[in-house]
Amino acid sequence: MILNDLRKALRQNIRDYTMYFLLFVIMAVFTAMTRGLFMSSRNIANLMNQTGYIAVLAVGMTLVIVIRHIDLSVGYLAGFIGAATAIAMTRWGMPGWATIPFALLLGAAAGLVTGFLVARLGIPAFVATLAGWLIYRGLLLMVTMKTGTIIIPDAFFNAIGNGYIPDVFPSESAFLPGLHKLTLLIGLAAIALFSASQIRARKSKQGYGFEVLPLPVFAIKLAFMAFVIGYITWIFAGYNGMSWTAVIVIVVVVVFHFVTTKTVLGRHVYAVGGNPEAAELSGISVKKITFIVFAAMGSLAGLAGVLYASRLQSATTKAGEMFEMDAITAAYIGGVSAGGGVGRIAGSLVGAIVYMSLTSGMNLLSVDISLQYIVRGVVLAAAVIFDVQTRKRRG
Amino acid sequence: MENVRTMSDHILEMRGISKSFPGVKALSDVTFSVRRGEIHCLVGENGAGKSTLMKVLSGVYPHGDFQGDIALDGEVRRFRHIADSEKAGIAIIYQELALVPEMSVYENLFLGHEIRKGSLVDWNATIHQSVALMKRVRLVADPSTKVKDLGVGKQQLVEIAKALSRNVRLLILDEPTAALNEDDCDNLLEILRELKAEGVTSIMISHKLKEVIRIADTVTVLRDGRTICTLDARKGEVSEPVLIKHMVGREIDNVFPPRSKKPGDEVVLEVEGWNAWDRALGRQVLKDVSFKVRRGEIVGFAGLMGSGRTELARSLFGNPDGYRVEGAVRVESTAADFRSPADAIGAGMAYASEDRKRNGLVLIQDVKQNVTLANLRAISKGGVVDSNAEVKVAEDYRKALNIKTPSIDQKVVNLSGGNQQKVSVAKWLFVKPKVLVLDEPTRGIDVGAKYEIYTIMNKLVEEGMSIVMISSELPEVLGMSDRVYVVSAGRVAGELPVAEATQERVMELATS
Ligand SMILES: Nc1ncnc2c1ncn2[C@@H]1O[C@H](COP(=O)(O)OP(=O)(O)OP(=O)(O)O)[C@@H](O)[C@H]1O
Ligand SMILES: [Mg+2]
Repeated sequence: MILNDLRKALRQNIRDYTMYFLLFVIMAVFTAMTRGLFMSSRNIANLMNQTGYIAVLAVGMTLVIVIRHIDLSVGYLAGFIGAATAIAMTRWGMPGWATIPFALLLGAAAGLVTGFLVARLGIPAFVATLAGWLIYRGLLLMVTMKTGTIIIPDAFFNAIGNGYIPDVFPSESAFLPGLHKLTLLIGLAAIALFSASQIRARKSKQGYGFEVLPLPVFAIKLAFMAFVIGYITWIFAGYNGMSWTAVIVIVVVVVFHFVTTKTVLGRHVYAVGGNPEAAELSGISVKKITFIVFAAMGSLAGLAGVLYASRLQSATTKAGEMFEMDAITAAYIGGVSAGGGVGRIAGSLVGAIVYMSLTSGMNLLSVDISLQYIVRGVVLAAAVIFDVQTRKRRG
Repeated sequence: MENVRTMSDHILEMRGISKSFPGVKALSDVTFSVRRGEIHCLVGENGAGKSTLMKVLSGVYPHGDFQGDIALDGEVRRFRHIADSEKAGIAIIYQELALVPEMSVYENLFLGHEIRKGSLVDWNATIHQSVALMKRVRLVADPSTKVKDLGVGKQQLVEIAKALSRNVRLLILDEPTAALNEDDCDNLLEILRELKAEGVTSIMISHKLKEVIRIADTVTVLRDGRTICTLDARKGEVSEPVLIKHMVGREIDNVFPPRSKKPGDEVVLEVEGWNAWDRALGRQVLKDVSFKVRRGEIVGFAGLMGSGRTELARSLFGNPDGYRVEGAVRVESTAADFRSPADAIGAGMAYASEDRKRNGLVLIQDVKQNVTLANLRAISKGGVVDSNAEVKVAEDYRKALNIKTPSIDQKVVNLSGGNQQKVSVAKWLFVKPKVLVLDEPTRGIDVGAKYEIYTIMNKLVEEGMSIVMISSELPEVLGMSDRVYVVSAGRVAGELPVAEATQERVMELATS
């Protein structure tokens, strides 16, 4: 009975679960091959910090692909904005905290330019952003030309990509020694919040007399998610705790997940992606949505630029190289569809984690870079093939 | 001996066909036999399984995806692709046409089986054979015309010619006349008769019972995925009431439900001296159009296909095609200047488009998302959608319009054609407009559902809404409207109170 319900619930969300399954397999395989090194707190913390900028870009790229466009310019845009913040700090004396709003605004402005080219002038996004790719690459080279790599001395700024949230209790205290207590608290709070919201949603559905997951299945799902969140925080807590990068990524994902799934704006984005003509006739301005999506993408590129520069504690001439391809790959592994109108933020986050886990694991095993590219390509193709097949079967 | 003879009598026998989709049993144990050389019509309500049965036959759903047997000329066949059934002489023309609009007629005719000379296409032979094919279907056009420049009626003929080019023995047409005007319908039926004389067997799905009665030798009725009966027209078994009774399971007395209230006097929508030019084609599409719609009134717009009625509606509804427009529009006596469909919706207008797949629905989204799309504001607070309220709204419309779907979470692409149309209508009802423009609201809809839609229209106008109905089905325009405007070549050729509007009078104006 329970098994049957469980199977039904699994079948209905096969694509989501497969991605988690894929992540699980990748992690298990690498853990076994590295004798536990892969799942060590230290490696996972590093992995998350490396994933940060790709995850942030993949979130934006998901929206862009959902509305049937593409943005090739974001890699070098991120690199350029990273360099711009470095210059702002070193030459103009901008305080470290101000770089984030600065980067977001600069990125949004760049995104609006792309939006103008695509929505107003009707230039295909591929071409418009290819031009952007060239231009931002040139700009990046131009501003870093004289100095070469710009070293960033600002401690606040560098903490964004390398620092961890402070702990409330000293870690030598007798209570849970060696663990990061604030991180554990956040984890517990997240579990509580998640469970409460799920229970509330279920109750409200029942109030309307709608079908809900049977209680045992619901309980299993809750317990499983609680376990996953708990386990992740446990691993984090075992090293330095939660990193600032992780905090930023979580905030971005939560905000974008909320906007895309719960708001009118989100609905409009998916409607434009699903059928622009029908959306327009339904009173949705396709142009406006295009502007908004590219501006959001630009902002996220700015944020990614900050994350990357902060991680390296410097701005380099090569920053941003291939980021757009990594972001596109992560989004496709995460289940976005090129046909438009399909793709989820949470999926792209998992896609980014899958992708970076592969990279990290293969690096730990010192797999040759040539083979790494091939493996990544195969995983991308497999994910998309699986996607197309499951979608076809369900009609 | 007897047995052998009856077997060869039938070109097609489908036995015990069952086919399920998640949550839907589309066909259960369907038996369907077609005699050689006949015209066999397949009728039934929306979602009865007609299109699915034909997709089973043509290999869209390959062998193994369904239960049951298909026998051609008494021999059991297993089609794995459409190509297999094509080889066996079966051609299917879908509800939505499958032509390449940017290609010429002759390129389309031989698309996929080009005439070759060596490894190159032999264009001269192609054009030569195209001319012959076009003559066979009486298609008068230059073979090098692009398909998109032909009217729907002629495009339909191109589809048939394309089937003929593949030496078809069994021709399947899924609602071929849904989008055709009467002349084109007549022409099409005539061609089917000629093909029959040449020995081609046809299966035609249609919701237009009059033409079914005119053309069919045999009619099979499906209901809820089952064969209800097969009737022989030559034995006089086929008539409209009989068909309706078998299709719907009950009798429908009057086709147009009565209305209890008269329209008011207050003018809700007034259009004066409306002109529109298509910039791309450099052509005037609307010339000096003026009309009025009163509160609680149904105003019919009759005319031939391509007479400019859709252009009129779209240019008034925020002009999404970017025509250059000129003229005055007043909604409840306030001058209106709609820059976008959003403006028009804001002022209380709604336009349910004629082409639901292209610009009516978001096919990959589910029923509830489509129903609420144009009025998300009504079910949201502070920009956040209340998903429970949304489900409630969608459930209400599903019940009110009797939309056949396993649940409102079903993707619209999986609904039958007629049920998609109902979703499109529901979307605009939920906007609760002052003026609702319905462009071909009953295209592809079964008799029962038509009656439901008419009933809803009556209820809406009795509640004070005004409805503009654009329709190419003259009986429907005459049966439902209070007043009729006849549009011809981009201008209003005449206005008739419904009492004076007869078929002859309207057709005379429409062709003027
Ligand atoms: N790909 C699919 N996935 C899920 N359900 C489907 C799919 N195709 C058809 N159905 C369902 O199967 C049933 C039969 O559909 P079908 O398209 O055959 O109806 P129909 O008789 O052609 O109706 P109409 O007159 O409206 O075109 C419907 O309930 C429909 O929702
Ligand atoms: Mg159908």
